[in-house]
Parts: sequence; structure tokens; C-alpha cells
Amino acid sequence: MGILTCENLSKRYGAVQALDSINLDLQPGRIIGLLGPNGSGKSTLIKLANGLLTPTSGRILIDGKAPGIESKKIVSYLPERTYLANWMSVSQLLDYFQDFYEDFDRERALTMLSHLKIDEKQRIKQMSKGTREKVQLILVMSRRAKLYLLDEPIGGVDPAARDYILQTIIGNYEPNAAVIISTHLIADVEQLLDEVIFISNGHILRHTPVDTIREEMGMTVDALFREEFKCF
Amino acid sequence: MRWDFHNDAPIYAQLMERIERMIVSGALAPGEKLPAVRTFAMEAGVNPNTMQRALAELERNGLIYSQRTSGHFVTDHPEAIAAVRVQLAEEQTARFLQKMSELGYTIEQAAQLVNDRLKQEGRES
Repeated sequence: MGILTCENLSKRYGAVQALDSINLDLQPGRIIGLLGPNGSGKSTLIKLANGLLTPTSGRILIDGKAPGIESKKIVSYLPERTYLANWMSVSQLLDYFQDFYEDFDRERALTMLSHLKIDEKQRIKQMSKGTREKVQLILVMSRRAKLYLLDEPIGGVDPAARDYILQTIIGNYEPNAAVIISTHLIADVEQLLDEVIFISNGHILRHTPVDTIREEMGMTVDALFREEFKCF
Repeated sequence: MRWDFHNDAPIYAQLMERIERMIVSGALAPGEKLPAVRTFAMEAGVNPNTMQRALAELERNGLIYSQRTSGHFVTDHPEAIAAVRVQLAEEQTARFLQKMSELGYTIEQAAQLVNDRLKQEGRES
């Protein structure tokens, strides 16, 4: 069994079926793109994996166990929106992460922060949006986790910050961990991915290795995505 | 910064070609140690598994070798590097002739163009 497994997993919000009986088995050591248009179910799946939502039916397992206190020890989560308190300084954030997570590597975080010339006394509210996103990613990638869940890590940042974020992911994930990156910016992440999951209206359309798409189908992931999600 | 990739071939194959070029051009010297897989992957902006695959293929072709604990090195056999230079040159030639044939040129006409160019450059220098 993989690091993240879904068995007939469904999630319904009132009349809206966000996820409809999906099955997945994700293996460690891989970087996986969770790709789909807005409203396709990407964030719902990530929040279920993180224990922020509970399934309507079916189940989701992290390393063989339902999400809970134990799974939070091994899952490092980057939410779509900033959740860090505005008034906190960088060093307070480091303390906070160190208190919460046994696997937090403060030295690694400090090294990355110093490369960016970010002062430890600086407060979140004094930072630009791009810097804030980078700091948040540094915190998340400084954990020696088994599963990284990155929800839209390159959403609202400029191309230079995007490169920085992608390089930080490549350079810091634990080799035996799985990394799940949800995004709709496919061309930017394509060369990072081992495999892709296409998700649409709560259904998994495909789960395929990237090399298969390029070698056997002769297409880029971006081109395949545009074809399979064509708007008629 | 991140390397550029085109859309027509798998990333690992493009990494192989790029590293072959670095070796043939001398940007990577014979016997030189390559960066660690993860570092090299960061430099290229690619997945470390993909970089690992490219290096494994290059090792199979004899252009690099690995030592269990200390990483990957460029071969120090000049004949292996010379063979890759020839292979890359042949690929370029085939690509050139393919493009020329798309423009309606025969091989002879293409060769004639190369000869004309040669004479022209000879006069200029």
C-alpha cells in the first residue's frame, strides 16, 4: 500500500458532489502533479488527505492510517492561502514550527532564509506577497516529512519567484517522500513531475507517468491537458 | 538558471543530449566530477528521478562512470568522447538534410549550398 490511498472516496457539500468515488494509490519517492481546472476537486482531495475535511463515504489513508494526529506528524501541508499570523516574526515562526513538528529542521530553514537575505526579525505583515509565499514554502519544505501536500504553490507569484519555489521543492523534499503539487499552471511544473493525475468534476480522468505521455503519446502534459479539458 | 526544454522528446533524453554537448564542448572536462544528482537536478530545474535516469543512460553509453560512494564522473577515454562528437555531428547533419528536403532541396543541392557558403567564407577571411 502506498503513502496515500483513496478507496471509493466521495465528498459531498450539500447538493454538490466534490469527489465522486475516487480510487488512488500513490507511491513514495515520486513527485505527482494533481492537475485540473478550478472547482475540479483538487483542494477537496488535499484537505481530506490533511484531515481538514472528512469523507462523505469511502476512505482515505495516509501511510495506512486515517488522517489524524499521527498522520499530521508525517504530512507537510502548504495551504492555498496564507495561514501564518500577520504579527509574527520569522524567528517566532521558526519557534512555532519547531514546537509543532518533531521533523522540522531549523538549520535547513535558516540556511534558505539567509540565501534570500530575509531577516529573522522581519514580521509577516512587512513582507511582499512573493516573499511571504517563499517563507511559507521554506517552512513547509524544512520538515523531513513523508508526504508533502502543496496546494497551488506557484499560484500568485511572478516567474522569478516561481523558479525559486520550484527549485526549493526539488532541493529539499525527502528522497523517500511523495510530493503532491496541485496546480493549473501545468507548463511551469511539467519538468518536475514523475506522474500526473487529471481530475475533473470530482472524477479521476487519468493517472499516468509523464514519460509515458511524452514517449508513447508523443505529447507534453500541457498539450494533453488542453486536449482532454477542451471547452466545447 | 533552469534549462529550456522543447516539446518533442522526453525530458531525460533532452538532459542526455545537453550533458553530451557539455562534455563534447569541454564545458565538462574529461574525468571531471559531476554535481550530485539532486544539485544537478536543481540546476536544470527537473525532477531528480529524471536526472538520475539521464545519468544512468549516459553511464550505459560509457560517457560517464559512477563510483559507488563519490558520485558520477565524465569518462577520461578520449575515444568515447570523440565517438559522441561524431554521433552528435551526424544527428545535426541528418536534421539539416531533413529541413532542406522539407524546403524541396535534394541532398546534392543542399551540399552545393554548403560548398557555396564555404567559398564565400573563404573569400571573406
